[in-house]
Amino acid sequence: MSNLIMETKDFNFTYAGVDDPSLKNINLPIEKNKITAMIGPSGCGKSTLLRAMNRIHDLYPGNKYEGEINLYGAKGKENILDLKKENDLISLRQQVGMIFQKPTPFPMSIYDNVAYGMKLAGVKNKSELDGRVEKALKDAAIWNETKDRMNTSALGMSGGQQQRLCIARAVALKPEVMLFDEPTSALDPISTGAIEELIAELKKDVSVVIVTHNMQQASRLSDYTAFMYLGDMVEYDKTDTIFMNPNEKLTEDYITGRFG
Amino acid sequence: MGGKLFKNFSFFSATISFFILIGIFSILFTYAQDSIREFGFDFLGSEVWEADEDDEEIGIFGGFIPIIGTLLSTLIAMAIATPLAMGIAIFLTEIAHKTLVKPVSIAIELLAAIPSIIYGMWGLFYLAPIIQSTFGGQGVGLLTAGVVLAIMIIPFMAAITRDSMNTVPDVLKESAYAMGATKFEVIKDVIMPYSKGGIIGSIILALGRALGETMAVAFLIGSVMSIPSNITDPTTSIPVLLANNFSEAMGLEMSSMYYLALVLFVVSLAIISVAKFYFLRQKVK
Repeated sequence: MSNLIMETKDFNFTYAGVDDPSLKNINLPIEKNKITAMIGPSGCGKSTLLRAMNRIHDLYPGNKYEGEINLYGAKGKENILDLKKENDLISLRQQVGMIFQKPTPFPMSIYDNVAYGMKLAGVKNKSELDGRVEKALKDAAIWNETKDRMNTSALGMSGGQQQRLCIARAVALKPEVMLFDEPTSALDPISTGAIEELIAELKKDVSVVIVTHNMQQASRLSDYTAFMYLGDMVEYDKTDTIFMNPNEKLTEDYITGRFG
Repeated sequence: MGGKLFKNFSFFSATISFFILIGIFSILFTYAQDSIREFGFDFLGSEVWEADEDDEEIGIFGGFIPIIGTLLSTLIAMAIATPLAMGIAIFLTEIAHKTLVKPVSIAIELLAAIPSIIYGMWGLFYLAPIIQSTFGGQGVGLLTAGVVLAIMIIPFMAAITRDSMNTVPDVLKESAYAMGATKFEVIKDVIMPYSKGGIIGSIILALGRALGETMAVAFLIGSVMSIPSNITDPTTSIPVLLANNFSEAMGLEMSSMYYLALVLFVVSLAIISVAKFYFLRQKVK
């Protein structure tokens, strides 16, 4: 139990203007320093769940959360659905980083991209910034490609490099959890391999939740896997169990490619 | 058979605008010849605009006052309009609740549809007295013209800026929020830089509009051939001078007015070309 970093309890989520909840009674533990994968066919709610974990849904008015999502962070247990003030949400998002489907470099230099979150968090000391930018870029395995072009625009990098830059940018904030929303779906196989290696490395320092369409990716990468279908959590277990010996017929059908 | 006809017709339609452009330029240039030969580039810096007492065909004509009047009234308009238009665009794209966006957008687009003479009348009868009692002066003058010009170009600027801010991908904004940015920081660090081209383009296009506006400014700038020493002083602008004097001028004065028109034409064309081709290019992604 004490190894949890996050958990959802009886969590329901309803989008604005919709009557029926898109997520129903989700109970999902997120183990510390492990990789948890969420799989399921399109529309099953896996991205919706991921986006609830840093309350990014709050950017669009009218969405409704019910239940609990607990974060066992530095401050101890905290139900993130109770957060109301903008400052609290900001501190949540600094603890729970997010990487999106497409690389999202900001229209600024490579250095400024990585330093951005730290500057927002109030880090002003130039040498501390320099050090943390370098460390983050090294952690994201992109230091060698960027060290001589720190002041050039991040928009000139390749897609795979941009995605690693986005990971560096998130890592620089030393988050507790990192959420990956299909981080390789827009990348070629070689870049995908690099990102997967990177995520596997990251779990030394952070806990990872990854949404993926790619079942090989889930089985290669994750320690735990949750299978979702039509807004329900069908099954959650160790990744080996889910892929080798699932409890539910539905899980087995999906894993073996009978639908989805 | 029909296809070929249609092709020729559309080719003709497409090229005609090009020829009109060249045609206007060459007419302006030809008629301005006398004045250009007489005054050369000194025309641009000379303040005198006087026909000879005995022979109305000749005289001394310089474009400095209307040129300065045009530039100053435009500058005032830009200074007022730019921050307001940015505010409107940011409000519409990032702050306003969905139910508010549509009515405000429509109101702004309707503002752009009001004929300029109505702005002129409103400015003269309503705004000019207010400006007179607040800032002094005679009511009509640079400031009044500038304020009304600003109101006229705001919708235009706000609409282009809004469109360009709307092209910022949601996921880019989301990732800034996901780094712990506030709304203000997202606007400042992501939305503004991302839509910089569109913002500058809208400013330049509005500038081109303000430079050429005739009717409203004719009501409001005072149409006096004098250099303004104060922001509320009356003066004149190129389009206003042209509109007011065309019916009576002849000879060299007429040619000098063509010269002024040529100056305005070239400046406006240059401004719009820069805006269109440099800043408002479709981003290839």
